Amino acid sequence: MDMQTLYLIIPLAPLVGALLAGLFGRLIGRTGAHVVTIVGVAVSFIASVLVFQDVLAGHTYNGSVYTWMVLGDLRFEVGFLIDSLTTMMMLVVTFVSLMVHIYTIGYMRDDPGYQRFFSYISLFTFAMLMLVMSNNFLQLFFGWEAVGLVSYLLIGFWYEKETAIYANLKAFLVNRVGDFGFILGIGLVLAHFGSLDYATVFAQAPSLANNTITIWGDKAWSLMTVIGILLFIGAMGKSAQFPLHVWLPDSMEGPTPISALIHAATMVTAGIFMVARMSPLYELSDVALSFIMVIGAITALFMGFLGIVQNDIKRVVAYSTLSQLGYMTVALGASAYSVAVFHLMTHAFFKALLFLAAGSVIIAMHHNQDIRYMGGLKKYMPITWITSLIGSLALIGTPFLSGFYSKETIIEAVKLSHLPVAAWAYWAVLIGVFVTAFYSFRMYFLVFHGKERFHNAHHHDDASHGQDDHGHHGGVPHETPWVVTGPLLLLALPSLAIGYMTIEPMLYGNFFGNAITVSDRHPVMVELNQHFNGAMAYALHAFVTVPFWLAVAGVGLSAYFYLVRPDIPAALQKRFAFLHTLLVNKYWFDELYSFVFAKGARLLGAGLWRGGDRAVIDGAVNGTAHLVERFSRLVKSFQSGYIYHYAFAMLIGVFVLVSWFARLN
Amino acid sequence: MSEHILTFVVWLPILAGVLVLATGSDRNAPLARWIALAGALAGLAVAIPLASGFDTSTSAMQFVEKAPWIPAFNVFYHLGVDGISMPLILLNSFTTVLVVIAGWQVIQDRVAQYMAAFLIMSGLINGAFAALDGILFYVFFEGMLIPLYLIVGVWGGPNRVYAAFKFFLYTLAGSLLMLVSFIYLYFQSGGSFDIQTWHTTTLGMTAQTLMFFAFLLAFGVKVPMWPVHTWLPDAHVEAPTGGSVVLAAITLKVGAYGFLRFILPIVPDASHELAWLVITLSLIAVAYIGLVALAQSDMKKLIAYSSIAHMGFVTLGFFLFNPLGVEGGLVQMISHGFVSAALFLCIGVMYDRLHSRQIKDYGGLVHKMPVFAAFFMLFAMANAGLPATSGFVGEFMVIMAAVEVNFWYAFVAATTLIFGAAYTLWMYKRVVFGKVTNPHVEAMSDLNAREWLLMTVLAVCVLGMGLYPKPFTDVMHVSVVDLLAHVAQSKLP
Repeated sequence: MDMQTLYLIIPLAPLVGALLAGLFGRLIGRTGAHVVTIVGVAVSFIASVLVFQDVLAGHTYNGSVYTWMVLGDLRFEVGFLIDSLTTMMMLVVTFVSLMVHIYTIGYMRDDPGYQRFFSYISLFTFAMLMLVMSNNFLQLFFGWEAVGLVSYLLIGFWYEKETAIYANLKAFLVNRVGDFGFILGIGLVLAHFGSLDYATVFAQAPSLANNTITIWGDKAWSLMTVIGILLFIGAMGKSAQFPLHVWLPDSMEGPTPISALIHAATMVTAGIFMVARMSPLYELSDVALSFIMVIGAITALFMGFLGIVQNDIKRVVAYSTLSQLGYMTVALGASAYSVAVFHLMTHAFFKALLFLAAGSVIIAMHHNQDIRYMGGLKKYMPITWITSLIGSLALIGTPFLSGFYSKETIIEAVKLSHLPVAAWAYWAVLIGVFVTAFYSFRMYFLVFHGKERFHNAHHHDDASHGQDDHGHHGGVPHETPWVVTGPLLLLALPSLAIGYMTIEPMLYGNFFGNAITVSDRHPVMVELNQHFNGAMAYALHAFVTVPFWLAVAGVGLSAYFYLVRPDIPAALQKRFAFLHTLLVNKYWFDELYSFVFAKGARLLGAGLWRGGDRAVIDGAVNGTAHLVERFSRLVKSFQSGYIYHYAFAMLIGVFVLVSWFARLN
Repeated sequence: MSEHILTFVVWLPILAGVLVLATGSDRNAPLARWIALAGALAGLAVAIPLASGFDTSTSAMQFVEKAPWIPAFNVFYHLGVDGISMPLILLNSFTTVLVVIAGWQVIQDRVAQYMAAFLIMSGLINGAFAALDGILFYVFFEGMLIPLYLIVGVWGGPNRVYAAFKFFLYTLAGSLLMLVSFIYLYFQSGGSFDIQTWHTTTLGMTAQTLMFFAFLLAFGVKVPMWPVHTWLPDAHVEAPTGGSVVLAAITLKVGAYGFLRFILPIVPDASHELAWLVITLSLIAVAYIGLVALAQSDMKKLIAYSSIAHMGFVTLGFFLFNPLGVEGGLVQMISHGFVSAALFLCIGVMYDRLHSRQIKDYGGLVHKMPVFAAFFMLFAMANAGLPATSGFVGEFMVIMAAVEVNFWYAFVAATTLIFGAAYTLWMYKRVVFGKVTNPHVEAMSDLNAREWLLMTVLAVCVLGMGLYPKPFTDVMHVSVVDLLAHVAQSKLP
């Protein structure tokens, strides 16, 4: 089998699975649905491994699959670009997707929408693969919107839940705001490069580096800055960066497996991947890079704060995801694209793990998600406990674990960046380390240690959880079945070791090769390399660095607060009531947007309709009608009834009009 | 027959319509339905050779037929198609089959007349697209309105008289001015009603400007462009489902077609001079109407406003004067034909069961009609311009073309990404998702075989065009490039 066929199989296998489960779900039954989709994704994963080995052997590919449209010289293609960046993403996507598929057998066991769910997550895998494998902007946009569609369908999977169908509409619309910028950026690329093909655009980019365009008045803007910022606005939507972050916490209304797959590991990192892919363009604009860094730093720090006050287990992890996406974005701004993508990979494993572990806890808690009513689960759920601990330790950057390598490098990269905003961003990511450690272990301690509070749980309203109900109530919590714990264990392995194993080739070796371009003006990676003496030494050195002790302080403080003196957080909450209210209300962004945009647009629309269409335009039309009526009464007197009168009048009329027209020339 | 394909395309549906009329009263309704279906399918069958035998390498008129009609005034029975009109004829013939099937059980009153009206209108619209003689065009263009008035006026809702009258009032002024322009062109071109001759007739700037406005009114009302659009929501609300489908899918396209066949090539200098005006009106249509659609509580009105916003992309694309924009406009016309037809059919499916078009009367439909909900989702997404559906292609092309001309045109046009998704998906949420609150919804049944067939056919069209639009643009490209080359030359004396 030649490689091109293999490339095609990778996205198409999940698509076939999705179509079979979606269109013939009733026919093939529940088992049939999970078998076809899991086989599809497994095939895709194995093929991705083969392609990965092929790329490691030095074979890259850039070619078209079919021509979508041709207008003269303008060609729009659907095609694949297979290089190291692509294959890394393909491996992450197919592996996490496979884990989530297996996990879903357990999590959605009793859900009536079983087949539909498998169809959606396989369809998502297809769309995400098309996105990362694309060799042009058009297909990128296809994948971009397609993953958004599936995300919309999955957030609203329990379509009876009012909160779920509010959240999915919100997610789609906020993403569309990002896409609005994204498509304008693509438009500028086409207008100035004459092509949407990556290779063609990137090859031309340096020669257009100094081009300017005027958008408003006479001020000349750098073309690359405008394109870079517009494309990044798309990334802000998809990767939930401030101020387009509001949709991601609400997306937790969807079933937990998709929170892991879509809203942690893969889709939300599409924006990070996109900027890394566009590095040849971004390297040409320091303004765009600074913009990215500021947005990333705000997201990393301020979304982290919100994780501290959340009591819903999934929402804590969601705010942690927002914050970590901010870290990746900061790395992009520092021209450390490979580091951002490296963190994307490690984060995909440990965050998918944390979400799936949270899901395991949720099953054991009969779908009560409030961590105030958990505690002491360690002894009942050993596998969930140990894997959660691994995930949390990886997240806070414990030396030797995967998250340590990527996060530590990001912090150092920001420190070394020469952008004027880097000094500020450095403080943001540094404080973020403490915040991350604090909220992560607050959750960990509240769930797995301390007093068992689940017996006190007020009886929650099952209806509000849609069909996400596993029936069995009462008794002590117990460990979840192997289809749930198996994926946890398989995700725990890379969470432990992938950083240690891959930091050297990915960041300082030649793994990314030409897939990522870094200009000589941004020598961050080169400088980092000078201090790097192997993964072991790097981890050992960490024990004497600030971030490590910040993380330790965060864990220590949360242990003291939530295990030793639970009265302190309550007292603090009273003492700093305003701060607490600010955080609980998420800085009031939801209220602001809902008031200004949602309500504003509706009121404006109603106003234009009543005032414009009804009053002014229809008013004029109806007025004319009345005028015609009055006029016709007058004209009635001309109606003599003789045909030749009418014919004569018509002739005169036509004659007058035509002769008047003829005079004009 | 091969040299008279267009004659068959025009007259076969009309003859079939007359035959259907001959079946008489509703006692013979089943016969009328079957004859109508046979006529519509035959109409589509004779139109297919237009596509299969079409030469995409030339911009010249193809399948041309020419015979004297009124020799005294040099009026000819002159038909022909190019890459601009051919796809529209196929779209029309295709839609006719759909509306006949859509009205199968729904229409129980005056069945023969109903079916006949659609068949005759189909033939007349084909005539308008194929006519190369000004008078012939005028006859078809005006003639097609008669069945449309009847459909709204006879099978329409309670307010049908107001709707029909409003439509009539809007159309009247434009049509008369267009006729005067035709007569003027007749004299200027040395006594010819030949449209292609008019394309090369030199005209002064004042005459061009006046004619530009005359044509703009005549065709702009049909499109409809802001601010002459308010007849459309009323007409849709009153029209039966089939009427809405044809109105949205086809009738609006006749107006847009007029821009390419008459305005741009006949008055190119005025078109360039006044492009800003059309572009402004188009952008208002996209943004203003997008917001107005958000405020609608009646589903048909909402989709009607959405149609106006989508047609704004068509006129915007035309006046960008580059192939990407003009072909984007044309692609948008075809796509809107599929998507609006599908959405009006969806509303028809719901209306037939609940007899309400009010969004608030629904909710939780997915519990009772899951298959319908899936189709409706696809068409709603197409309406929101999701890639891989036909709705994306035209909007994408026009936005790309607009960025090249002026960033801010594209900026306003691209707001459709937000507004289009907002009004469509918000409606979808309220109608399909959520709990069932209305006991009547509880009694609703999922799609029957006839409805399923309609939805499937349209779903294939919407996805097919979205995934592979190349065949469409291949047909258009040479004709559009030729048109633009022509428009670039001044016709001032």
